[in-house]
Amino acid sequence: MSKRTIIPFGPQHPVLPEPLHLDLVVEDEIVVEAVPSIGFIHRGLEKLVEKKDFNEFVYVAERICGICSCIHGMTYCQGVEEIMNLQVPGRAKYLRTIWGEFSRIHSHLLWLGLAADAFGFESLFMHSWRIREKILDIIEETTGGRVIFGTSKVGGVRRDVTNERLKEISVLLKTYAGEIKEVTDIFLNDNSVKHRLCGVGVLSKDDALMLGAVGPMLRASGVAQDMRKLGYAAYNDIPVEPIIDQSGDCYGRCVVRIKEVFQAIDIIQRAVDKIPDGPIDMKVTGFPNGEFFARTEQPRGEVIYYIRGNGTKHLQRMRVRTPTFANLPAILKVIPGCSVADIPILLLTIDPCISCTER
Amino acid sequence: MIESQPTEIVTLDRLKDAVRIKWAAHARLVQIGCTKTAEDQYEINYSFDENLKFSNLRIVVNPATDRVPSISDIYWNAFFYENEVHDLFGITIEGMAIDFKGNFYRMAVKHPFAAPAGQKKS
Repeated sequence: MSKRTIIPFGPQHPVLPEPLHLDLVVEDEIVVEAVPSIGFIHRGLEKLVEKKDFNEFVYVAERICGICSCIHGMTYCQGVEEIMNLQVPGRAKYLRTIWGEFSRIHSHLLWLGLAADAFGFESLFMHSWRIREKILDIIEETTGGRVIFGTSKVGGVRRDVTNERLKEISVLLKTYAGEIKEVTDIFLNDNSVKHRLCGVGVLSKDDALMLGAVGPMLRASGVAQDMRKLGYAAYNDIPVEPIIDQSGDCYGRCVVRIKEVFQAIDIIQRAVDKIPDGPIDMKVTGFPNGEFFARTEQPRGEVIYYIRGNGTKHLQRMRVRTPTFANLPAILKVIPGCSVADIPILLLTIDPCISCTER
Repeated sequence: MIESQPTEIVTLDRLKDAVRIKWAAHARLVQIGCTKTAEDQYEINYSFDENLKFSNLRIVVNPATDRVPSISDIYWNAFFYENEVHDLFGITIEGMAIDFKGNFYRMAVKHPFAAPAGQKKS
């Protein structure tokens, strides 16, 4: 039997923009066990709900994550709206859908760049982020923010976009889709990329489900689950079929994200075609009294907001379960058997967000 | 309403049997979350998803007297949530697959969600 050694991985590591620590128990170059350690940046944002007005808390929810900001705010609002039985105007629902899908595109392009950087393909990294900048420009133009959108509010959205501009953006996206395809074709077909991703970190369909994996991690293992099927926002009018892959490996997770970029573009274009005219928000009176688990599909996977109100302006409890929190146990199960050199890219394929995880 | 969310209240001694039924039905463990509802009363929700059908099992515990059994021998990933519930609320959970013994999160305030709102760190 080979000698066992423990290699500390993180919390500071070139592939990790945020702190996560793993104790990797290795025999020669093969990892036999991984013990996680998080909690370096726990912010206690959930506790803040006891001091902030439930309307003000949208700003905090949007700052839980710098990438999924828009959908965090939207999910929080949906939870409160369900408790208060608010009928949000149709146009607001469509705008939430459009911005949510822009958020998915920029998040996946960010991930593609980070993945390329992790396996040493620097030009691919730069091209992914070059295109992402164009998406961020549209987001900035329509919301006023590049990362924190600040558009969600309980009862609707804060800003409108004219139908003419939405149509121009839809045409613009068609051009960008061509550019994105040039880059993603390299991810999908280049031998050096496949060499680093294919067959690495395979998660079976059963394990993915029973270990609670979510998002591209779950769908790349062949489980067709996507919270957009619930029909929140405008997804009732714009049905979405989950994109799945059967390989369950790092390459499969990359494939799912790439296909979801094009799916998001298609959803935006369909939403622009169908967006109704009308108000973008409604008057909200009273305080939330009740409980609801709001679930939406972030770029990284299902996010859950448990909202519980007691009839006052302060919520009694707000609890967020983020996608990374759900995906970490699954990644710990697939690490044993992998080589040490594969750990960075393997970890990256769950698209970890520790600031989300620690809230 | 976006989806119905039935909640079944179970007693502590029936919790693991109820969770085993979920496991047998191939339900995904979505989350475990805790809420303080009174000075010595906490609710713990175990949320599950079966093909987009959401449901909860709920137990009500008193941290001073109750010991919650871990379900991580059924759903291995539960140890993540259980360590979180222990660290934030001070609820004792027995038999976790990996027990961080209060070091899952590094916090200035011990069990911050067990304290009344507005309490400052000592």
